[in-house]
Parts: sequence; C-alpha cells; structure tokens
Amino acid sequence: MEISALVFYLLAAITIGSAAIVAFSRNIVYSAFSLLGTFAGVAGIYVFLGADFVAGVQILIYVGGILVLILFAVMLTHRIADVQITNRSAGMIPAVVIIAVFLGLLIQSIRDTPWAKAKEIVYLPTTAAIGDFFLQHYLLPFELASLVLLAALIGAVVLSRKETKE
Amino acid sequence: MVPLHYYLFLSAILFAIGAAGVVIRRNLIVVLMSIELMLNAVNLTFIAFARALGSMEGQVIVFFVMTVAAAEAVIGLAIIISVFRHRQTLDPQEMLLLRW
Repeated sequence: MEISALVFYLLAAITIGSAAIVAFSRNIVYSAFSLLGTFAGVAGIYVFLGADFVAGVQILIYVGGILVLILFAVMLTHRIADVQITNRSAGMIPAVVIIAVFLGLLIQSIRDTPWAKAKEIVYLPTTAAIGDFFLQHYLLPFELASLVLLAALIGAVVLSRKETKE
Repeated sequence: MVPLHYYLFLSAILFAIGAAGVVIRRNLIVVLMSIELMLNAVNLTFIAFARALGSMEGQVIVFFVMTVAAAEAVIGLAIIISVFRHRQTLDPQEMLLLRW
C-alpha cells in the first residue's frame, strides 16, 4: 500500500472513531473531548487534500473557538446545580434503522455514480486565491457573514445575561 | 493516490454518525456537537469536490459554512445555558411548554 493511502486511512480512522465517541458515549465530558479528535482528523484530511488555509482555519475556529465554547457550556451546566446531567439515549432502535437506511442510500449512490478521475494534486498555497474570491466574486456574502457574526455576538450577550427586573 | 469517492464515503459516514447523535441523544449539548459533526462532514465534501474539480470555489464556500457554524454554536449554547438556568434540565423531552 502506498504511504498516502496509509495516512488517509489513519486520519479517517481517527475521525470516525472519535465521532462515534462523540455521538454514542454516555459521558458528556468524553463526548466534548473526543470532538477534538474529530476536528483535528478533519483538519488533517484538509491538509491531505491540499487545502492548507482551510485546515489552519479549521483548527483555529473549531478547536480554538467552538470546542472551548462547548467545554464552557458543559462545565457551566455541570456546576449550576448538582443534578446529574446524564446523557441517556431514547428511541434507539427506530433511529438506528432510519440512519442505517440513510447511510446505505448515500453509500450506494456514491458507489454507483461514475465520478470523473480526480486531477493530480498540486500542493500550492491557496490563501491568495481565496482572498481574491472573497474580495471579488463573493464580496456581498463576505459582508453578510460579518453581519451574521455581529448578530450572533449581540444575540449571545442578550440571551445569556441575567434577567433584571426594571 | 486516494480516489474521490473514498472522501465521499468518509464524509457520508461522518454525516450519518452526526445524524444518529442528533436523533438518539437526549442532551442538548450533545445534539449541538452532533450538528457540528454534520457540518464538518459537509465541509469535507466541499473540499473533496474542490480538489477533484480543480476549483477554489469549494474552499471559499467552506468559510461561509464555518461562519454559520460558529454563529450557531454561540447562539445555541447561550440558549442552552439560559434554558438550564430556568429549568435545571437539558433533556429536550422535558421541554413541553409549547406542547398541548
């Protein structure tokens, strides 16, 4: 087996293994921490696909931002009162059946589609091209994204502060 | 060299695990984490196609998905914390205020 395929399988195993822990672990702290493995594995696959800037941003935003935020939420909801925050599951059998059918459908359609042969990968820096796209073709969505972030910022502050009676 | 459909398989499996987490789990924070898994799977598909088609657009779209994912996580966690403060539970099956 080539070395690149080996690396791919390793990254895929890390990603899927920790994703399974996230979704199926009974302990919510384990779930939160194994999210790190998923995000890092996906970032590794981005590097593998030649998307260097996206991989860096993945680590920055997901691991540095979203994961820390989720850990904060886990710890906060753990501490507020001493209720046991269980992570029990419900409706296991119908859910598993539906998900299995859905996954089978996806895999079947991926396998049956005749994909064009992928171009030979060239590892070049992508940052400048992405910047060009943001400031030319996608200028309006780019500005809208900043508006969305501003709205999320204000919304989070409004939602999570203590309610004070006038 | 790993062909395109391996990446698609990987992201399909990741998406299915995320969907299973959303449906099975009964804790709002884990549901939110599973949604993040699904968004990651979609991003992976975008990047895989961007490479296979030799275009940059797929990589650009990923940034918008990440923006929305970050906004969603922030708002979702703020809502979760204020729900927890009011009701002392994170089980969505016990949030019956709008059900009759």
